[in-house]
Amino acid sequence: MIWLTWRQFRVQALAAVLGLTAVAAAAALTGPRLARLARSGRNVFDLSTGGERTLFLAGVVAVAVVPALVGAFWGAPLIARELEAGTHRLAWNQSVTRSRWLAVKLGVTALAAALAAGLTSLAVTWWSGPLDGASSTGHGGMPQRLTPVTFAMRGVVPVGYAVLAVVLGATLGAVLRRTLPAMAVTLAVYAALQIAVPLWVRPHLAAPVTATIVPARGTLDGISSDESGRQVTLSVHTPDPRDWILSDRTVDPAGRPAGLPASFVACLPPPGGPVSTSGQAQAPASGPEECLGRLAGTGYRQQVVYQPGDRFWRLQWTELALYLAASGVVAALCFHWVRRRVT
Amino acid sequence: MTAVLVTRGLGKRYRRRWALRDCTLQIPAGRVTGLVGPNGAGKSTLLGLATGLLAPTSGDVEVCGAPPARDAAHLARVGFVAQDTPAYAGLTVAEHLRLGARLNPGWDDEGARRRLDRLGLDPGQRAGKLSGGQRAQLALTLGLAKRPELLILDEPVASLDPLARREFLQVLMEAVAERELSVVLSSHVVSDLERVCDHLVVLVDSRVQVAGDVDDLRATHHRLTGPRRPGLTLPSDQRLVHESHTDRQSTLVVRAEGPILDPAWVVGNLSLEDLVLAYMSGPAERRAAPLEAVR
Repeated sequence: MIWLTWRQFRVQALAAVLGLTAVAAAAALTGPRLARLARSGRNVFDLSTGGERTLFLAGVVAVAVVPALVGAFWGAPLIARELEAGTHRLAWNQSVTRSRWLAVKLGVTALAAALAAGLTSLAVTWWSGPLDGASSTGHGGMPQRLTPVTFAMRGVVPVGYAVLAVVLGATLGAVLRRTLPAMAVTLAVYAALQIAVPLWVRPHLAAPVTATIVPARGTLDGISSDESGRQVTLSVHTPDPRDWILSDRTVDPAGRPAGLPASFVACLPPPGGPVSTSGQAQAPASGPEECLGRLAGTGYRQQVVYQPGDRFWRLQWTELALYLAASGVVAALCFHWVRRRVT
Repeated sequence: MTAVLVTRGLGKRYRRRWALRDCTLQIPAGRVTGLVGPNGAGKSTLLGLATGLLAPTSGDVEVCGAPPARDAAHLARVGFVAQDTPAYAGLTVAEHLRLGARLNPGWDDEGARRRLDRLGLDPGQRAGKLSGGQRAQLALTLGLAKRPELLILDEPVASLDPLARREFLQVLMEAVAERELSVVLSSHVVSDLERVCDHLVVLVDSRVQVAGDVDDLRATHHRLTGPRRPGLTLPSDQRLVHESHTDRQSTLVVRAEGPILDPAWVVGNLSLEDLVLAYMSGPAERRAAPLEAVR
């Protein structure tokens, strides 16, 4: 059974090896310079080239597409192609039960997918390490690794995505009995999960921390207003820049969520757009700072809910476990379907 | 009689349509049994249920004394050549043999190679490039090399030209002669079955119309021709299978254990094909006969 699985899988395996080799080669050629920069303690972001910043994005894309590809091209045809060609009637009448047939095929493919995603993520995570969260001495920086997109393209979670994508693709193939629709639905579900999980699931994988922060020059990220200039909001940051801010809102002296008082809005200089006080390049505007002082004096605070940056690995393993558990559930459905429903 | 395939009240429903309903039959071991019936009679469904590819909606089926495809050991005892003889298009002939060798403990590798060699199949050829006849031979070889007790073939020759058909059946017959092997073969081409089968089951609308050894069936069925006599009653030991009437003449097909004594009839023999057709079209000429069987 392993021979047959391998024989049917070897072209895909070859494609995966080629892809992985390309990723590894790119990382090996361009990665050491960044690693040296990071060791030297200088500002990696300011010294990185435009090409390296493009590669950074390419790395994100590479890790993102591996689960999608293995789900659509390895998972979806696994059973659907047999059903389309009628070869399941050949395979299932050898002296091997359907359960064993499926266990070997699904197991080998899921393992290969985990390996492909894991190795890609390993290369990209290592390569991007020096740049993740690097910020300029002046303006700008790279996203922190706990922010939604970066988090999903680092560490161990891509393994979970790839395994779920393969199992999901195989199951959809068994249910829909057609390769192309199964591929399309697999991709759609994978994309939906990549949107839904960071929005609604990941923030709750560990109980988030709530902090109350006094709005002041040192904690403020920015003051922004809408078009009319009447609706003004503050945003602040926590002491650790790696933290993943989930919500940031103003509370009144009694601790209730509130808008900023009119006195504060009136106090501000007439806005020409968002005013930033965090950038050192900006000329110190005495106006906003006095207003902030007065606001803090009346008891207004920013309430920030966040996942601390040091929880990166904890959240990674929890999310991986979640995806593997989901894969297990879907695989059970797949076995049930192949044993009882496919005819 | 030991039965190799037994069904009791077997039924299979797809959504609201019954493909097979209330089918009860026994197929004896050690025979080559032809399963014949018009399209849509439920032949493929019955064989699918017998191989465990389908699960019954009602009733039960036993193959070689156990529910079909119960475990790996039981799967090894039943071979199946599916309709349209599927093969992996991307795998070569030799790789199909390797597949068989890997997946079947009782694999007869030497026999399989010899058979393919004699048929002139190139082991390096991809199955997708084979002709229909060659692919059917490959599927048959896989089924035989598994060394099953029962080999089930679902319309294996339906899509083959007459020459390929003859070759296929010849290979099958040789294999049957070589060792103890029960065969169930479905077809709507009666002339093919006539050459190879010694037992026949006629299935119409899921129901077994007649089942028996071919020689017995031949000996007990008669064509009676005589002056027009509609609505007549036959002696109790005779059963009317089919009747047709012209203005002046009546023709009956009857099953009778004893001799026909009525002097008004001219008694004639029936070919197997006529016999099957008589059962397919039913007692009167009302069924606008699904005359697939005439091919």
